[in-house]
Amino acid sequence: MNGLEVNIVGANPGLWPVPQIWGWEIALYLFLGGLTAGLMVASGAAFRRSGDLPRSLGWWAPLLAPVVLGAGMLALFFDLENKLNVWRFYTALRLSSPMSWGAWILLLVAPATLAMAVVAVQERLVGASPAWRRRIAGANLGLGIALGIYTGILLGALGARPLWNSSMLGPLFLASGVSSALALLLLLERDAGARHSLNAVEKKVVGLEAGMLALLLIGLATGSAAHRAAAKLLLGGEFTGLFWAGVVFAGMLVPVGLDVLSRKGRAQVSFWPSLLVLAGAFTLRAVILFAGQVSRWEVL
Amino acid sequence: MRYAMAIDLRTCMGCAACVVACKVTHRVEERFSRCRIRESLRGEFPTLQLTLYSERCNHCAEAPCVTNCPTGASHYADVGIVAVKESRCTGCKACLAACPYDARFINGRGVAEKCTFCLDRLRRGEEPACVATCPSRAMIFGDLDDPASEISRTLAARPHRVLLAEAGTRPHVFYLE
Repeated sequence: MNGLEVNIVGANPGLWPVPQIWGWEIALYLFLGGLTAGLMVASGAAFRRSGDLPRSLGWWAPLLAPVVLGAGMLALFFDLENKLNVWRFYTALRLSSPMSWGAWILLLVAPATLAMAVVAVQERLVGASPAWRRRIAGANLGLGIALGIYTGILLGALGARPLWNSSMLGPLFLASGVSSALALLLLLERDAGARHSLNAVEKKVVGLEAGMLALLLIGLATGSAAHRAAAKLLLGGEFTGLFWAGVVFAGMLVPVGLDVLSRKGRAQVSFWPSLLVLAGAFTLRAVILFAGQVSRWEVL
Repeated sequence: MRYAMAIDLRTCMGCAACVVACKVTHRVEERFSRCRIRESLRGEFPTLQLTLYSERCNHCAEAPCVTNCPTGASHYADVGIVAVKESRCTGCKACLAACPYDARFINGRGVAEKCTFCLDRLRRGEEPACVATCPSRAMIFGDLDDPASEISRTLAARPHRVLLAEAGTRPHVFYLE
């Protein structure tokens, strides 16, 4: 619309001129929840096979998952404006509300990660492999995928914010969770062979993520006026710099590039690619969360 | 029974008496409002058009705040009004993010608050405070299910629209053109 100027008498703070509904707590939760999902997928897939596992997959992934999840849930709790009513999430299961699914998924995820940690401790310290190892691993794999995808569906269900209206967000957040989990595990793995295979998978997932991000943008940029305006926030608008520099360049291109260089022996790669992937995953959540809140349908 | 509101864009002066009446009636906290006046200035100088909208919760028949509420705090009251049960609200803000009209806010008690169509006054047989106070009589309130009601007859006779019809929420606040 050409020349539209809006002024509101009686506007509420936090909603006008720019909605600021969710803050850093939710960005952090989306990142840590995704990281937990990735750790669950990694350890779940690894423990489903029999035999010895590298330290990163057999020890760190199952042990870190409940810790990271706890930190994420704490961030989520900090965001609640009426904390005393937190138990109300568990007096209702509302199928129309992805927020409700999320509350219940978290309730299943927490014991699943703890059980996986128990299996890991038992195998490493006692040396015995419990009979239910495969079942726990399968539960972690399935629930990890559910946890990773639901955060994207949660945002996607909020039709009022066009930038989030894409079913691509779920798989994108899952892929980003898996790549950030593999990056974290690479920081902790000392065995060269295991590092090599983790690295190979991580790069493929980052590639997949880049493809999904491109599809997300194409979907928005070819949509209705509201969706095109939302895409513009990332393609020439307010969040363009942070998105391209933080998510695409620093979070995807640089780590993969450094890795390629190190294989050719032209760069000494240490912890930088992993840190960049982790920072990029957090920036992705922050950019999508904050740009999404700014995107809106134009009321005429 | 299906309550609805019609606001005449030709007679509304944007005086904000509705905003004040609402604030006083419901003792809405400082800095917050359940309703508002939006001044929308369109066009390029010198061809300008200013429209004044008295806005509040649209009490949508397909309310995204109700679908997205994880606890059932946001619900349809028996007369088609969208209401919030404070004792169930966790302050998760899913409803704020879901509302395309930005009609809700989190109050000082940490729960979602918005226009109730003055459900308490309706139950006493009174009109909503904003409607009762409107000095230019630009607001009509009544039952859409009753074809004889003033609002049904007005909507049948005059061209009208809702805000963001494309959002598919089926609002119960209509603007007469």
